[in-house]
Amino acid sequence: MRRFVKLLVVLVVAVQLLAFQAVAGELVIKGSTTVLPIAQKAAEAYMAENPDVKISLSGGGSGNGIKAIIDGTAQIGNASRFIKQKEVNLAGTKGVYPVPFRIALDAIVPVVHPKNSVTDLSMAQLKDIYLGKIRDWKVVGGTPGRIVVISRDSSSGTFGVWKDMVMLKDRVVPSALTVPSNGGIVQAVAKTPGAIGYVGLGYLSAEIKAVKVNGVTGTEETTLNGAFPISRGLFMFTQGWPKGDTMSFISFILSKKGQMLVKEAGSIPVFDL
Amino acid sequence: MKRQQIDKTVQSGFLLIALFSITALSLIVLFLFAEGVPILEHVTLKEFVFGQYWYPTDEPADFGIFPLILGSICVTLLSGIISIPLGVMTAIYLAQIAPVRVAEIVKPIVELMASMPSVVIGFFGMVVVAPFIQQLFNIPVGLNMFNASLMLAFMAVPTICSISEDAIFSVPTALEEASLALGATHFETIVRVIVPASLSGICTAVILGLSRAIGETMVVLMAAGGAAMIPRSIFDPVRPLPASIAAEMAEAPFKSEHYHALFAIGIVLFVFTFLFNLVADYISYRFRQVGEASL
Amino acid sequence: MIEKRLRTQSLFFWLLRGAATLNGVALAIIVYFIVSRGWSAISWEFLTQPPKDSMTAGGILPCIVGTMALCLTTILVALPIGVASAIYLNEYAEQGKLVRLIRLGINNLAGVPSIVFGLFGLAFFCIVLKMGVSIVAGGLTLGIMTLPVIIGASEEALKAVPQPYREASLAMGATKWQTIWKVVLPVAFPGIITGSILGLSRAAGETAPIMYTGAVFFTPDLPTSIFDEVMALPYHIYVLATAGTEIEATRHLQYGTALVLIALVFGMNLAAIIMRSKMRKKLRI
Repeated sequence: MRRFVKLLVVLVVAVQLLAFQAVAGELVIKGSTTVLPIAQKAAEAYMAENPDVKISLSGGGSGNGIKAIIDGTAQIGNASRFIKQKEVNLAGTKGVYPVPFRIALDAIVPVVHPKNSVTDLSMAQLKDIYLGKIRDWKVVGGTPGRIVVISRDSSSGTFGVWKDMVMLKDRVVPSALTVPSNGGIVQAVAKTPGAIGYVGLGYLSAEIKAVKVNGVTGTEETTLNGAFPISRGLFMFTQGWPKGDTMSFISFILSKKGQMLVKEAGSIPVFDL
Repeated sequence: MKRQQIDKTVQSGFLLIALFSITALSLIVLFLFAEGVPILEHVTLKEFVFGQYWYPTDEPADFGIFPLILGSICVTLLSGIISIPLGVMTAIYLAQIAPVRVAEIVKPIVELMASMPSVVIGFFGMVVVAPFIQQLFNIPVGLNMFNASLMLAFMAVPTICSISEDAIFSVPTALEEASLALGATHFETIVRVIVPASLSGICTAVILGLSRAIGETMVVLMAAGGAAMIPRSIFDPVRPLPASIAAEMAEAPFKSEHYHALFAIGIVLFVFTFLFNLVADYISYRFRQVGEASL
Repeated sequence: MIEKRLRTQSLFFWLLRGAATLNGVALAIIVYFIVSRGWSAISWEFLTQPPKDSMTAGGILPCIVGTMALCLTTILVALPIGVASAIYLNEYAEQGKLVRLIRLGINNLAGVPSIVFGLFGLAFFCIVLKMGVSIVAGGLTLGIMTLPVIIGASEEALKAVPQPYREASLAMGATKWQTIWKVVLPVAFPGIITGSILGLSRAAGETAPIMYTGAVFFTPDLPTSIFDEVMALPYHIYVLATAGTEIEATRHLQYGTALVLIALVFGMNLAAIIMRSKMRKKLRI
């Protein structure tokens, strides 16, 4: 019994000692799952160059990223949309000045099951599908069958862009399946023959089929020249103008090497490489 | 004497620590209400509980959790249809007819079922069961109420089984012997004597099992489909209460309406399980058996 | 007449056997899928390396360490409080309103949904106590969640200590506290540990309470302080399966992580079950 208590005391003391050890160069990054692949690739490369810097990365969504900057629980907040007025106000009341860095561009591409015969949808058709007005593939020229609408959780940045640009602020039908991430949409669409979803350009793969929007295929080129109608910037926010490790990490992403990683992660670099 | 003083002090110390559980419970309630009640500045209680639409991030937002409540209730009831017979029958088997050697194998199996991490069950439902039932029933999506219920049943069976088994086991053997002596078969004894005698314990087991199912998060988050709609069939996707909290908490801006709404969902969930527990506590307290005379 | 009744009986008994078997089959199916598909992912590298290439390769060492750190904190919180509560309830308390209140608290704490613990941990430990997302916040949350299990197990172990032990000790002039410390606890100790392992195995597999209090998506370096965030096995499965960047490509890693998690949890459970059955045999003699 006594031995056990001794062990317990030793453990407690050990944990206490650990707690007081100072941590050098810790960088916490939170936010959008769309920016996650970029941030992760960049973090791995950056840590390889700077072994004394410790980076921790969480998803959670754009709202979470900006919230973390305002609360000071992260140094960098990822967002797949620009900051909202409400968030600017909240930051103002806390005396925080979020600074945006546009680190990449992204196109949001509607996707369907590979066996689906539909190849092209207009913005109006997309809207009606997500409103629940069009319920059968035969209305848009496909083989008859129920359309399974798959959407993102209401607070994701991708959803926000979809809502602004496709839905024109109208509501997505409540029966839409919601999944927590781009990857989740890929998976759900790949397994569901009647499904339609939307993902960032970086998530396109052989398991799903991208659909043209108004006759335009979503690619890097059509996004940069503005022909593809659903695109957006991807941002990293910092609390005030960044300093130290935060600054050098942001500079790293905006360097040529960093932008190569952006491309590798499937997004579109902000400048010509 | 000094020794006795030490003894008194030690006793008060233990009492203080024993009060920790109730303190923790009170703190949980306190924080849920402190963070959840402010949502009532934006919607009325009736709009919140009976509202048909859950659009927490729209401007203006809608905070109606009726589809979520209904989703939770439907999933739990459907899982109960599977888990209650299975759990109770396994309990009867273990307590009444299983040979000792078989029981020694089955009991650890039930315990291992109970210890299976919920995320693994949710994962299994998502990657194995979903495509399977999608093909089997030829339905558009495999992530739906039925899938989630099946997975929840797996989690509720151990609770129902082990508590029912205790109840059945504690039925006095004299009753069983009396019934057998009167010429009843073993089966008739079980159905007419043993099960009625242990009914309060079985009810407690069922309630606690359902309580576990309604509060379970990962399974419904991963396998239920997540559509905030009122289900019309068991193959419709649903978004139960815990799934909404888990999926949206990370994204709700701190102290925003959405944040308060999610804590308010936490209150609703807590109230559900609290009521379940009170009923279970009441049944086991009120109908507890004191010897054979109370039957 | 009697034949018909016996036929009904045998039909019913087969139904019961079927139900019992179905549980085993369900467990076997799940374990089979996890093991058969996760086995190929398990290697020395998988267990000892951090993830790399956007978590599509490499290992899960930070998750294993993170889960262990969370478990250690959990047990440091829950074991002393749980055992002390059980001692009070079983050794000191007399039946009354206070005890009934305490028991009501414990029973209801046991019934609180895991996600509600998560909400509480977030609001109280992370925000009010300013611990942020950290091992200590996650461990405290899990600790409170595990408390009822440990109290229950400890009480059972204390109840199993024969009454004459206490009487003998008291008769020899020992105080109540001395009796508990020197006589009752050492006898109950194995039972307490067994129950605690069971409780801890539950905590190790939980996801919802640590989602917002202790675990993060990716932090490949091992934690150096209890105020660090960690990766954890259950949360890692969740993010790889739903929010990862390459969900299909990392399927074997998801199965592999799930296999490691259930091996950990089942290992703890089996150890406890074996310990308990040995103890029971000892008590029977």
